[in-house]
Amino acid sequence: MSGARTSAPAAPANADQESQDYVTVLVGAQLFGIPVLQVQDVLGRQAITRVPLGPPAVAGALNLRGRIVTAIDTSACLGLRAADTAPAEATISIVVEHRGELYSLIVDQVGEVMPVDIASLEANPLTLDPSWRDISRGVHKLQERLMVVLDIAALLDRVVAIPA
Amino acid sequence: MDELLSDFLTETLEHIARLDDELVRLESKPDDPALLSSIFRLMHTIKGTSGFLGLARLESLAHASETVLGQLRDGHRAVDGGLVTLILRSLDRIRSLLASLEETGAEPGGEDRDLIGALEVCAAGAGAASSPAAALEPAAAEAAAPPPPASAGAEAVAKSGGVAAQSVRVHVDLLEKLMTGVSELVLTRNQLLQTLRAQKESAFAAPLQRLNQVVSELQEDVMRTRMQPIGNAWQALPRLIRDLASDLGKKIALEMHGAETELDKQVFELIKDPLTHMVRNSADHGIERPAERAALGKPETGRVVLEAFHEGGYVVIVLSDDGRGLDIERIRAKAIAQGLATEAETAGLAEAQLLQFIFRPGFSTAEKITAVSGRGVGMDVVRTNIERIGGTIDVRSRRGSGTTFIVRIPLTLAIVSALIVGAASERFAIPQLAVTELVQVGSDSSAEHRIEIINGAPLLRLRQRLLPVVVLRELLRLGAEEEANARHFVVVARVGAQDFGIMVDRVFDTEEIVVKPVAPVLRGLSMFSGNTILGDGSVIMILDPNGMGIAATRSADATGATGDEAGETGDAAAARTTSMLIFRAGDATPKAVPLSLVARIEEIALDSIERIESQRVIQYRGQLMPLVDFDGASSPPGKTQKILVFVDGAQCMGLCVDEILDIAEVAIDIKLGSAGGWRLGSTVIAGKAADLVDAGYFLTKALPGWFGQDKPETSGQGLWNLLLLDDSPFFRSVMMPLLESAGFNVTAVGDPRAALAMRERGASFDAIISDIEMPGMSGFEFVAEVKSDPRWAGIPVMALSSHSAPRDVDRGRGAGFDDYIVKSDRNSIVRKLTERLTLASSAA
Repeated sequence: MSGARTSAPAAPANADQESQDYVTVLVGAQLFGIPVLQVQDVLGRQAITRVPLGPPAVAGALNLRGRIVTAIDTSACLGLRAADTAPAEATISIVVEHRGELYSLIVDQVGEVMPVDIASLEANPLTLDPSWRDISRGVHKLQERLMVVLDIAALLDRVVAIPA
Repeated sequence: MDELLSDFLTETLEHIARLDDELVRLESKPDDPALLSSIFRLMHTIKGTSGFLGLARLESLAHASETVLGQLRDGHRAVDGGLVTLILRSLDRIRSLLASLEETGAEPGGEDRDLIGALEVCAAGAGAASSPAAALEPAAAEAAAPPPPASAGAEAVAKSGGVAAQSVRVHVDLLEKLMTGVSELVLTRNQLLQTLRAQKESAFAAPLQRLNQVVSELQEDVMRTRMQPIGNAWQALPRLIRDLASDLGKKIALEMHGAETELDKQVFELIKDPLTHMVRNSADHGIERPAERAALGKPETGRVVLEAFHEGGYVVIVLSDDGRGLDIERIRAKAIAQGLATEAETAGLAEAQLLQFIFRPGFSTAEKITAVSGRGVGMDVVRTNIERIGGTIDVRSRRGSGTTFIVRIPLTLAIVSALIVGAASERFAIPQLAVTELVQVGSDSSAEHRIEIINGAPLLRLRQRLLPVVVLRELLRLGAEEEANARHFVVVARVGAQDFGIMVDRVFDTEEIVVKPVAPVLRGLSMFSGNTILGDGSVIMILDPNGMGIAATRSADATGATGDEAGETGDAAAARTTSMLIFRAGDATPKAVPLSLVARIEEIALDSIERIESQRVIQYRGQLMPLVDFDGASSPPGKTQKILVFVDGAQCMGLCVDEILDIAEVAIDIKLGSAGGWRLGSTVIAGKAADLVDAGYFLTKALPGWFGQDKPETSGQGLWNLLLLDDSPFFRSVMMPLLESAGFNVTAVGDPRAALAMRERGASFDAIISDIEMPGMSGFEFVAEVKSDPRWAGIPVMALSSHSAPRDVDRGRGAGFDDYIVKSDRNSIVRKLTERLTLASSAA
């Protein structure tokens, strides 16, 4: 990991290709896609150290092969669940890099890596929850359901912006 | 060998090696201008640096070579083989001079007429067809076996050893990386050792022991690569003292001992400025004028002595002067005047304790403030900086015979020993440096030590002393105890001169930890100084004794007021007092302005003031800075004018004042309502009425387009909950006191998204005041967002803008703003808010 780190731009469209690979994750009941190049790692259950007095969206810190990684309570961050209810069980999380720091986004489920036709990307629908507008880079119409493209940078910027 | 000289040798030898290479390349590419100018530059540098060090032979040789090279570069003559040979010979000579310089520390005697002569002939004959090599031949033959320099030099060159070859320049980044690598290694070793301890017999035991040893040695060596002699931080001091002495008309001799004492680079950086400040203070305040000294029977020249040495794991720096010493009585009077202690209390204090007051924030005298003009730092900042790195500062003084400061700082910050403690189900690390004692306490009266409570504030009675105690579980809001635990531990910690207890549930062991900075998201938490990974692989937060000490004193100070919520009260107390700069301008009433708004205090010469149309300006740090006067102020009698500099983003402004009086910690408690103009109201500071100055008034006067930039956030408290959204930190700090004085509980944020995030977290307000122009999301977008969601839809939102055109007002109303306030009309802000809220509450 530390050797081959990718700090890919927000949504690296495979220039000449018609599809983009996403790691699919479930947060609550919602399917999200994270461009695969931004995903550094997928972690199973981890011991997370709470950070008292920290921002509500921060679930704590964990040890990823000697690096300290900030764990983000993704569902609280997306407003899917009040942050002060039961803290997220870190059963599975996605490690991403943002401004030189590693963050592990706690999600409910991680699905497969899915190539998605770029043509199926739609702009954010007008009815999209306003608090999601800046963290969504659009919606892919998959066959069976809709997948929101998660803007990692915007999501993490939001965590940083919330005063403790 | 002299540090400077060895640096010079390393650098010059590098240059010569490059010159060798480039000169040879020049022969094959004689017309390459880039190459020519690079060669010229290198030679020029050699000339310059040797001249700087007073190495005459090197300088004149380099100078002669440079002249010829300059002609080549400028195209006055063509490159030919003979010429290159000549230059290369000069290089060889330079190299041999360097070699003996390295050996003996001094330039060898003798001269280089032969080469210089040849070079000069060459330069003079520019354009002539004479062969320079021919001119050289006889001379070179002589030079081949010259008396002392070359023979000594030749040997030195042959052995090719010495300082230059022994030192390599390494980028600091690489050192940092090495340190990080070693830190990881230490952690892994700790993990392995811990695993090993759990096993009775293991085949790994022996190799692990060996690994342990090697890693320890490696750690020590790598740490040493980061060490720097403290003398590097002292280099600027002789000059500083000289300038100060001549400015102040004093005679001061600066003595420095132990400049070679080494300390970690990180510590070094942190200690540099405080140290400079202290030396400046000694020269400025400590040493008397020559006449005064003579009258006292002291030598006219005052001494400032700076000394450094190692002691245990610390570097001790002692700064002493033989000046007038600190005036205990004045400190006592000042402490009483500032309400830091009562007369009765100070009477009971020993001199040493009284002296400690100089480290209190805002404790300074008028005289001091002007003297450090332009810096805005005092002894409290010095102490804070030193304590931040786990150091201590102590002061001793004898009236009439001088003052001594003793600073102790740890050698390194990277790896520290820490005590691991537990509270609720969490573990935390406390740096050992801060821990003085560990006490077990029980809740029943039979226990040897027990916690006693006065109005909710826990206190520990320890050997005739009463220590404030913070309960870690409560401080960090870790939740209530599940079962009543009869036994606890109190970690007695010392920060500066203050002792306090940290009550924890459990104590584990001590461990060597590698301090890593916390993620940026968590930087704002004052309770933690970093985090680390323990031997068992888990992440642990490192408690910051400074942050906890502040919490402890606050809860102790708040004892009289409210008992519970130790942490909360602490924060609130901090929010309520503000450092104010007190000055005189216009009339005789003292004026106060928040110190946080003042960028610098300067004293400018009156004749440096220029006029652009009717506006007075001065050239300040490369730009024109407008100056504003207090209403009714007359120009000062002297030749200088004191100004307060306010900066926001790239703009700055100077406010002319008559006199700086003081800096004080003041609870903003506005006695009289807003009086208009520059006056926010009146307050009482140190028993005297003072006008609270609205810096914003002068700013808008000097720079009409002032409000409209940047970020951060703050919070306060009161009656109605108000959310203030404005991206200008300046405007927020102006509005906060104004609104708070009107009884609002103000939460200020600089970014609409942060405001919306607060909505997500369930925050609620009685009203929102929002700026219109903000980067990222405008006020119009923000209000539309607020009104579109039922949670905040009912909250009145007032627009705040510098525009007041009817069109803007209409647009604001259309976007969902309930009311519109013009920024410059601050009086109506409070009036409109109050109206709106009274209306809302009577309707509900």
